[in-house]
Amino acid sequence: MASEGKPVNPPGTYLKRQDLERLPGLIRYKPSVKYLFAAGEALSRFLKGLKEGKILGVKCPVCGRVYVPPRAYCEYCHVPTSEWVELPGTGVVHTAVVSYIATDRSRMEKPEIVGVIRLDAPGYREDSYEFAGLFHKLCGVTPEQVMDGSVIGMKVKPRWKPPEERTGSITDIECFEPVEGGEQ
Amino acid sequence: MAKAAIIGVGWYGPRPTTPEVSFREMVFEAASRAYADAGVDPRKDVDAFISAQEDFWEGIAIADEFAPEPVGGVLRPTFTVAGDGLQALAHAVMMIETGMFDIVAVESHAKPSDIATLGEIYDLALDPLHIRPVKPANPLFMMALDAQAYMLRTGADASHFALVSAEERVRGLNNPRASFAGKVSIDEILDSEPVMDPLTRYDIAGFADASVVLVVARPDLAEKYTSKPVYIEGVGFATETGTGTLEWHTWGRMPSMRIAALRAYSQAGIGDPLSSTDFAEVEDRASPYLLMSLEELGLAPEGEAHKLYERGEYEYDGYYPVNPSGGSLAMGVALEATGLLRLLEAVLQLRGEAGAHQLSDAERAIVASWRGPPTTTSAVVVLSGPSC
Repeated sequence: MASEGKPVNPPGTYLKRQDLERLPGLIRYKPSVKYLFAAGEALSRFLKGLKEGKILGVKCPVCGRVYVPPRAYCEYCHVPTSEWVELPGTGVVHTAVVSYIATDRSRMEKPEIVGVIRLDAPGYREDSYEFAGLFHKLCGVTPEQVMDGSVIGMKVKPRWKPPEERTGSITDIECFEPVEGGEQ
Repeated sequence: MAKAAIIGVGWYGPRPTTPEVSFREMVFEAASRAYADAGVDPRKDVDAFISAQEDFWEGIAIADEFAPEPVGGVLRPTFTVAGDGLQALAHAVMMIETGMFDIVAVESHAKPSDIATLGEIYDLALDPLHIRPVKPANPLFMMALDAQAYMLRTGADASHFALVSAEERVRGLNNPRASFAGKVSIDEILDSEPVMDPLTRYDIAGFADASVVLVVARPDLAEKYTSKPVYIEGVGFATETGTGTLEWHTWGRMPSMRIAALRAYSQAGIGDPLSSTDFAEVEDRASPYLLMSLEELGLAPEGEAHKLYERGEYEYDGYYPVNPSGGSLAMGVALEATGLLRLLEAVLQLRGEAGAHQLSDAERAIVASWRGPPTTTSAVVVLSGPSC
């Protein structure tokens, strides 16, 4: 038997997706809910900044925390934020991860690296878990650098789309990439 | 004996659209006003925070994660209630009654202008196994089914619904928060095209963006914060049988509202609500529901609400004013915040701050709201003002 290898016609019945769906007891429903979220005062200004290639933050007048992404209020002091600051855009990788399997369980052709960037912002207290930062894709780093942890603390900067392709979206930044010679 | 006191109110909207603010900013604005009204610092004085919201309206799964920040609840006890804002208030009252909380903030908001496919969300509220596949053309058909059953039972007709719609919309002209107010006549309504017979577009309330925040305190602490506390004497909420199953709904009636009302009245020591209270704010996202609710609340004898309404008993200067604000027909349906808008209007009346539509006699009030269609959960609150 072993020499025959894998059977060509194994017993059993293949079910196509349509066959399954024809069975009573399975009801298919595909929602088509759509939204048009108003970004509001603070985030609209931030998005306009991205279009101009700037990362803007806003400062709490009471505690001095700088919010990126910006908020119209300070969540700690519950007062309106007011003073806008432009950040240099550079920062360090705070945490990062490599994904190999997508949400639908398919294996991705190219592993994706995402992370949280702690942006260089005034008033950051070393070792504080609160910081001005952005979640984004990381490029120019290898899965190995993520897995061995060497990416953590790496100095990075935004890779901007060309100005004519920017739309005022977080994706106006393609990804964050290592600053040349900036590795720690 | 009051169970709790409302020591501050704040609101943003209601308006058909609010593109200038995000949902967070809208809540922050309402919350800031409520805390200023109560003279409290949410970061120090408020012990817990409750928000009434539903994920599909928000467009965010697990939206409760977004609840604490704009109300000042970060790093503090905060939870959400998936129901009408009055249900969130009921939870605040229960928390105060435990003795573990002195001040609880209650928030609800709605931003239907952020939802591009409201109808699809109504479809998603239908039973997925045996109702959604029928694909009813207008998911609000339940309103008309209730209206038909109500007409059959009571002898009311479309002219009574038109009367309610005209009255509410005209009355709203005195209320700065009533975006859907307007001068419209009964004949105009009866001559307009039906949306779902017997309802025209005038009989169905529009949608409004809004956020309402209440600061609720232990009753014995209220006067420390405000000279105009509004006391909560009773609060009830209930759900009817066959929830989500339209076939078992008691068409043309609202049993959940009756149960909620009886509980609230019993807590407040009220036998006859008509003689014990001065006015009511009653949710009316479609005109027939105002008449149905009046019966369930004991504010009209069985099958008589339309006749009393026709006689002018519930008018602004009638025997028992109902919705001096113009109700949801004039102010719009603010999804889960709808009940809190009704409550807000009652609180302003009891504080003597209702402006152009201030009633001369407003010491004790009933507030009633519900969610749907199709789910039929109701909540009823009995309030008394500072002079009561």
